[in-house]
Amino acid sequence: MKEEILRIENLHKSFGKLKVLKGLNLVVHKGEVVVIIGPSGGGKSTLLRCINHLENYQKGKIYFRGELVTEKTNLNEVRAKIGMVFQQFNLFPHLRVIDNLTLAPVKVRGLSREEAEKKAKKLLERVGLSDKVFEYPHKLSGGQQQRVAIARALMMDPDLMLFDEPTSALDPELVWEVLEVMKDLAKSGMTMIVVTHEMGFAKEVANRIVFIDGGVIVEEGTPDEMFKEPKNPRTREFLRRILEV
Amino acid sequence: MPYWLEVLANNFTYLLEGALSTLRLTSLSVLIGLIIGTFVGMGRLSRYKFLNYPATVYVEFIRGTPLLVQLFIIYFGLPQLGINLPKYPAAIVALGINSGAYVAEIVRAGIQSVPRGQYEAARSLGMTHGQTMRYIILPQAFRNILPALGNEFIAMTKDSSLASVIGVTELMRTGQIVISRTFQSFSIYGGVAIIYFAMTFTMSRIVRWIEKKVAIK
Repeated sequence: MKEEILRIENLHKSFGKLKVLKGLNLVVHKGEVVVIIGPSGGGKSTLLRCINHLENYQKGKIYFRGELVTEKTNLNEVRAKIGMVFQQFNLFPHLRVIDNLTLAPVKVRGLSREEAEKKAKKLLERVGLSDKVFEYPHKLSGGQQQRVAIARALMMDPDLMLFDEPTSALDPELVWEVLEVMKDLAKSGMTMIVVTHEMGFAKEVANRIVFIDGGVIVEEGTPDEMFKEPKNPRTREFLRRILEV
Repeated sequence: MPYWLEVLANNFTYLLEGALSTLRLTSLSVLIGLIIGTFVGMGRLSRYKFLNYPATVYVEFIRGTPLLVQLFIIYFGLPQLGINLPKYPAAIVALGINSGAYVAEIVRAGIQSVPRGQYEAARSLGMTHGQTMRYIILPQAFRNILPALGNEFIAMTKDSSLASVIGVTELMRTGQIVISRTFQSFSIYGGVAIIYFAMTFTMSRIVRWIEKKVAIK
């Protein structure tokens, strides 16, 4: 078995009285692409935000690259190695595309401006945006913005990439260009956890599909297992509904 | 030329010197206000009580008491505690502390106007809270609050006339001095008002120009 990137044990998270995660377990190995599906309010986004420690959690253990994250862990270092792509892109509107990419590597990693810019241009080429280097984010379409956001996360050489419904805020005709970049990334061996409703992407790219409902993993398996013969009735019901549309 | 107009014309350069003093006083006060306000504004949003409480007390107390009283405490009150400030510095300190409270509220609103996702995106890249504030949140907040800061500068320009009470020879005080010699209250105070207006009107134009300049194109 390959190196373990992430291990989550018995994760509990609640907002006030509302229990969102109720003892969730998940292990992700290097190079794996895990697609998380499930009804909204089921805890998918919360799970990603806990992995990145943007949310704290009441109970449970999270290991990143074999190390338990505790109160003493430098969370900034952990976050720097976990890339996150948001539904709303969250590009920095006051910075040009290139500066969106170079800011964190320069300030956090201490890269020189020249090195960072060189790297940024390479990554922008990889996501097909070489001609947008000096633009401001709002001049870009949603799909382009999301590709910049992916490039920005890649600047930190993450060991794990989290995608929180990356195509949900996009016009339908722009979805494919983001998915293409994500497929390319998956093929390059990046470890990814993707929350999405794009079942085509899940079928094609995922090593494993995880169905989360009610704050726990209800069922998980390969795309074949999950789409052809889901065992749990809730999984069946959910898949039937979204595949019908 | 009628006498009242002649008096105004003859003393106009003197009044302008007072206006210059007003500008200096206001600029320094707002500068102090900006520095205090930025930190207190952030303190108001802090989840740490030892930052949050003092910031809140400061803002509420300063905004809830008259500027004139604050000025008197600093100029007449502090000497009793052994702190002697000359008129001009006393006025700057009083106006600066006063302005700080208002700027703090402006800064707080500005920070809150930046979407939460901006903070999270920066933190998810490994940036610290301080780096995130400095490079991501405050630059955006500053753009959003420019109009309000411009208003604060204009308000301070007018409020600085209170410094005349402790004898700072700013615009208002120079007007009073001229009147005590000439008894031409109407024309001199009228001239003073026009000079204040010329200053504040110009400022509001400059603020509008800067706003356009720093707007995200």
